[in-house]
Amino acid sequence: MSLTGQISGVIEFSAVDGPGNRFVLFTQGCNFNCLACHNPYTINLCNDCGVCVDACGSSALDVVGGRVVWNPDRCTGEDACIRICPYDSTPKAGPLRVAEVLERLRPNVPFISGVTVSGGEATQQSGFVAALFAAIKADPTLSRLTCFVDSNGAAPRSVWDELDPVLDAAMIDLKCFDDAIHRELVGSGNAQVLESIRLLAGRGKLHEVRLLLAAGVNDSDELLKRTGTWLAGIDPKMRLKLIGFRAHGVRPSPVPLVEPTAEQRAHYAEVLRNQGDFQLLVI
Amino acid sequence: MVDIEDFQTQARGLVNDRSLGYDQKLRRLSSLAVNALPYPQLSPLCTEALQARVICDMYEGNRPFTPRYVLPDYAKALRNGVAYLELESPHNLDDALAFLIILYSQVPSVTTYPVYFGDLDALLEPYVTDELSDAELDAKLRRFWIQLDRLFPDAFAHADVGPRDGRVIRSIWRVERSLRQVVPNLTLKVSPETPDDLIVDAVKTVFETGKPHFVNHPMMVADHGEEYAAVSCYNSLKVRGGAHSLVRLNLKEAVARYDGTVDGFCSESLPHWVELTAELGEARIRSLVEDAGFFESHFLATEGLIDLDRFSLMFGIFGLAECVNELMVREGRPEARYGHDQRANEVSAQIVRRIAGLVAERPLPYCGGGNGFAYLHSQSGIDLDMDTTAGTRIPIGDEPGLREHISVVAPHHEYFSAGISDIFHVEDTVKNNPAAMVDVIRGALSIGMRDFTFNLDSNEFIRITGYLVRKSDLVGIAEHGARHSSDYLAATAEINHTVTTRAVKRVVSTESSPRG
Repeated sequence: MSLTGQISGVIEFSAVDGPGNRFVLFTQGCNFNCLACHNPYTINLCNDCGVCVDACGSSALDVVGGRVVWNPDRCTGEDACIRICPYDSTPKAGPLRVAEVLERLRPNVPFISGVTVSGGEATQQSGFVAALFAAIKADPTLSRLTCFVDSNGAAPRSVWDELDPVLDAAMIDLKCFDDAIHRELVGSGNAQVLESIRLLAGRGKLHEVRLLLAAGVNDSDELLKRTGTWLAGIDPKMRLKLIGFRAHGVRPSPVPLVEPTAEQRAHYAEVLRNQGDFQLLVI
Repeated sequence: MVDIEDFQTQARGLVNDRSLGYDQKLRRLSSLAVNALPYPQLSPLCTEALQARVICDMYEGNRPFTPRYVLPDYAKALRNGVAYLELESPHNLDDALAFLIILYSQVPSVTTYPVYFGDLDALLEPYVTDELSDAELDAKLRRFWIQLDRLFPDAFAHADVGPRDGRVIRSIWRVERSLRQVVPNLTLKVSPETPDDLIVDAVKTVFETGKPHFVNHPMMVADHGEEYAAVSCYNSLKVRGGAHSLVRLNLKEAVARYDGTVDGFCSESLPHWVELTAELGEARIRSLVEDAGFFESHFLATEGLIDLDRFSLMFGIFGLAECVNELMVREGRPEARYGHDQRANEVSAQIVRRIAGLVAERPLPYCGGGNGFAYLHSQSGIDLDMDTTAGTRIPIGDEPGLREHISVVAPHHEYFSAGISDIFHVEDTVKNNPAAMVDVIRGALSIGMRDFTFNLDSNEFIRITGYLVRKSDLVGIAEHGARHSSDYLAATAEINHTVTTRAVKRVVSTESSPRG
């Protein structure tokens, strides 16, 4: 358990991070390095190199005692710091205590179904996530809220065991069922991701699996069929979200990443539908 | 006195107009005639305030001969028949639908169309038999819905549904989504017992048509009793009753005529203007009830389908935002704005409380619906309001994040028993997750909102001040005319208010940093 998390952002109302309206916390730091990452500035913790300090047009960044310090009052939100960062990070991320999160959460409680911790990679700070969810479950005014993580699935069993008593469900990204393509897209293999999906489904804690599909990269019929067969073997009624790759926010990629058309996305759904009675949502 | 040449010029203009339809000409000629009559007797101060439009009669006409809003007891009519119309109580769904259409054609209001079609699910459910399939029910309601839109082409014509589930309400959502009409305007009554799934169905209907509004059923029942309805746009009144008239106070103009800060404004200025607004309302009520004798002669009254004792006056306010912002300037904090600053929000609450208190102390004749007093109403504007924000809303384009917005405006809602509205625009992402909207709606009602209205940014249907128009119907009105009367109001409102620049609200709203 850890009472402090490294947090890159908070969204009070989100309609896209699990069931109902949700309060979402984004952790800083990720163990993947995906070519298709939409928010690459959340990958690393700031190493205080200071490159961003001079780039800021509104003097919102200072170096204090060797650390880069962000002054939100002066920040105009132009994100020059994020654009210039050579290290896939942001000076705006910082520590947030469980008690502070609860304080931010409280005014939103009447309007939400629950809390989702996303990232970055939420399971990289599983001690903090466990402490936060435990605090929510222990507070009678908050215990109605469901606690979800949105994860890349690259976490060992011990992490899921640690979260289990306080986690309602997880949403897992499966970047690619083929291990070789997974390595190309993500920088590492998918064995742990597949194991997480199997483990969570077995515990009744898998809310959905998301497939991020880029045209010509991980969208062949053959691959989708293999993926669908494997997922159906775990749960033929699984909730599957098919997300067409979008270039917005993505870094220049050595592998050409192409946005699938609406017709292609409909076709993916068609192929998967033949493998199982999935609840499919195409985005 | 009306200059006869002037009168003739205006009448001739209407008669010869190429962009107005026959019915529209008839209505405008009628208002021209009514406005040629002298106004009911007012004190010089009241006349002056009316002419300066600090107080306003909504241009209802100099001599009212119908109440502004009439809410007939359709359930009673269906039960007993209507002697005046030689209509017997219907025994099946087809007869009930025909009965209602005929009755609607005889229901007056300030728009000349009915503003209330009834709580249609509750009215029609008893006629829906087990033998009738959903497809047959949809077909019948679809024909009925088309008749409503074509016979009563005015977006102020309003139907209510809920808070209970049933076959009719489900059919209404299906028909609404397939027809995508402006008429009828729709309100869903929501109570804690209303099933989530029914609200999801309604939310999906908003995605398609911008309807319904969602109202706080327990709060309405506490104010009006079980027999109430939301009619026109955001006007909540008693069924078998209604509103004689709507008079309103422009708070922006009121504060401009007072040289001081909020405490003085509340203690010295507001009593003066509230009294003049009430005087205006009283004169109009007496003219309607005593001179025109509406309740003595109209069959709705003589057959007990409306009851004078269930009517009252609507006392409207608007321009709260400009009033508060001006008072903040006088406190030396021009940057503090209503909707964004705690002190400004407190000042808004102080003003609303004060007005509510004054209205509750000013007795009015023929206002049994409000136990002898007016109903307070946050008036959502008309097309001629320039640079003045509707009711108690936050100015268009200056709204804070969704949660903050709801929290700032919600405390006002309890005071406005005759209706209040704030319109929220949300991003299209919520389309894949209507349950998220159900969370927001339930939350808003649970913290005391009376009405919750939202719309998707991309919608073809847009709300102007409260009523709905199709964007495509606004194009080129000046040249070819429009079938819906409210489109004319919308075309000027669009120009005067830049309603389409209303800040787009993401359901994902306040993206911020942990250090913020």
